[in-house]
Amino acid sequence: MADTERVPTVVADGVHITYTVRNGPSGTRRVHAVKGVSFAAYKGEAIGLIGSNGSGKSTLLKAVAGLQPVERGQVYTQGQPSLLGVNAALMGDLTGERNVILGGLAMGMSRAEVRERYDDIVEFSGVNEKDDAISRPMRTYSSGMGARLRFAIAAAKSHDVLLIDEALATGDARFRRRSQRRIDELRAEAGTVFLVSHSNSTITETCERALWLEAGTLRMDGPAREVVAAYEDFTGAGKTRQT
Amino acid sequence: MTTQSLAPPEALPSAAPPQDLRALALRHGLTVSGARPSLPAYARQLWSRRAFITAFASARLTAQYSQARLGQVWQLMTPLLNAAVYYAIFGVLMNAKHGVPDYVPFLITGIFVWTFTSQTLTAGTRAISGNLGLVRALHFPRASLPISLALQQLQQFLLSLAALVVILFGFGEFPAPSWLLAIPALFLQTLFNTGAALVLARLAARLPDVSQLMPFVLRTWMYASGAMWSIQNLASDGRFPAGVVLALQCNPAAVYIDLMRFALIGSYTSAQLPPHVWALAAGWALLAFGGGFIWFWKAEESYGRG
Repeated sequence: MADTERVPTVVADGVHITYTVRNGPSGTRRVHAVKGVSFAAYKGEAIGLIGSNGSGKSTLLKAVAGLQPVERGQVYTQGQPSLLGVNAALMGDLTGERNVILGGLAMGMSRAEVRERYDDIVEFSGVNEKDDAISRPMRTYSSGMGARLRFAIAAAKSHDVLLIDEALATGDARFRRRSQRRIDELRAEAGTVFLVSHSNSTITETCERALWLEAGTLRMDGPAREVVAAYEDFTGAGKTRQT
Repeated sequence: MTTQSLAPPEALPSAAPPQDLRALALRHGLTVSGARPSLPAYARQLWSRRAFITAFASARLTAQYSQARLGQVWQLMTPLLNAAVYYAIFGVLMNAKHGVPDYVPFLITGIFVWTFTSQTLTAGTRAISGNLGLVRALHFPRASLPISLALQQLQQFLLSLAALVVILFGFGEFPAPSWLLAIPALFLQTLFNTGAALVLARLAARLPDVSQLMPFVLRTWMYASGAMWSIQNLASDGRFPAGVVLALQCNPAAVYIDLMRFALIGSYTSAQLPPHVWALAAGWALLAFGGGFIWFWKAEESYGRG
């Protein structure tokens, strides 16, 4: 690809990421999660990240978001990429209503913006369909309701570079369709979308390009269909090797 | 979690990345992700997040007792029960009230003011280490967390103050012009607490064992600061050199406790305060807040690592 006219939004230049795992007083273990990954992502692209469990996909995504320091190499970004997700900011003891406000503020929205989008968020989540659940503490929600409200809050804000980590697998079929539509909207508003998923069909449907990480290194970077096909060959081979 | 690499995979990039990625990034004006902003930029970011800081503080305050039957009543019950226990042990059993006029207001003011400092410091140690999920998921200036928790403790303390005022009425202390001095005293104490919380947040983020050590540090500090006994009486006792007594009196916790007593209790006069007490109070506050803020900022990009 000799196309230099396209505008890059995320550039990873030889990125290595290590982190320390503490186990007990004497033992700390260094985990080398990402080993020398390089790529350039351009405006308007939707890029899928695939690979086995623990291959470093989520860690790489965190580094792009600036939430995980890199050991060597550098991640350059346009603006501030954001991970889709606010779970950690929400409190189960508070009502859904207060969590919508808290989550919105945590993502960097102003009070006025939160107020403006509040009704849309509640309606999108659908938690109020049967009763006035939004005024109940979130810990009383069913797991599906909680997941829907969390997604609705997280998806309320549009971003330059959006990073989505397995967010599509929440809620029932009806909500999944709705959230798929919202992801498409976010994609249209965002410059670039990264999607981590274990569902190969989600990757090929949503993304035109895919990165395949295996054991922290970039195995393949190319059109989503080709990369997913190669990955499926590999996992099939992996199964026979294990037995 | 487990990322052991067994076989070095044969790299087969089908779309070769541009040769000089760094040059490409810089040509298009991309910036390094997660780099630490300058101190003024950091302060501006923090200010723009003030709505989140206050919302997080009051959310924590509301969530704190929401599982308890008595709910928010515990906000008042906890300091009152503490005061009752300390009165029984120090006032009655150990007779610390001997030679202290208005011992109950003296004791309860001391306990409440100390509790504000100790709770803020304890919260500070957990500000980063107890919110790693948040730090790893969302982007915001990390100082928001210790500042927000300090604010939560301030709100809690204002509620305790309401209880304190009622107790003071019960013991014949009524509002006087000197009560206004409680406002600057409280302001300076809050600054000091917040700064110390920032320091502890960074320490405990790197070294989780700090939070194990804190209860002992805090207990020692409480006993040394005259929360339930009079440092002044120690001076007249004559068993300790004047320098030791002065050092105890000038430690920040004692300064803020004594200023609040001076403001609220009629029989507690300026003779019982160390020299230059307001300068001391302001100095500790500025030192802790300024130093704490800069020191916390210096490690901004490392929080949540590992």
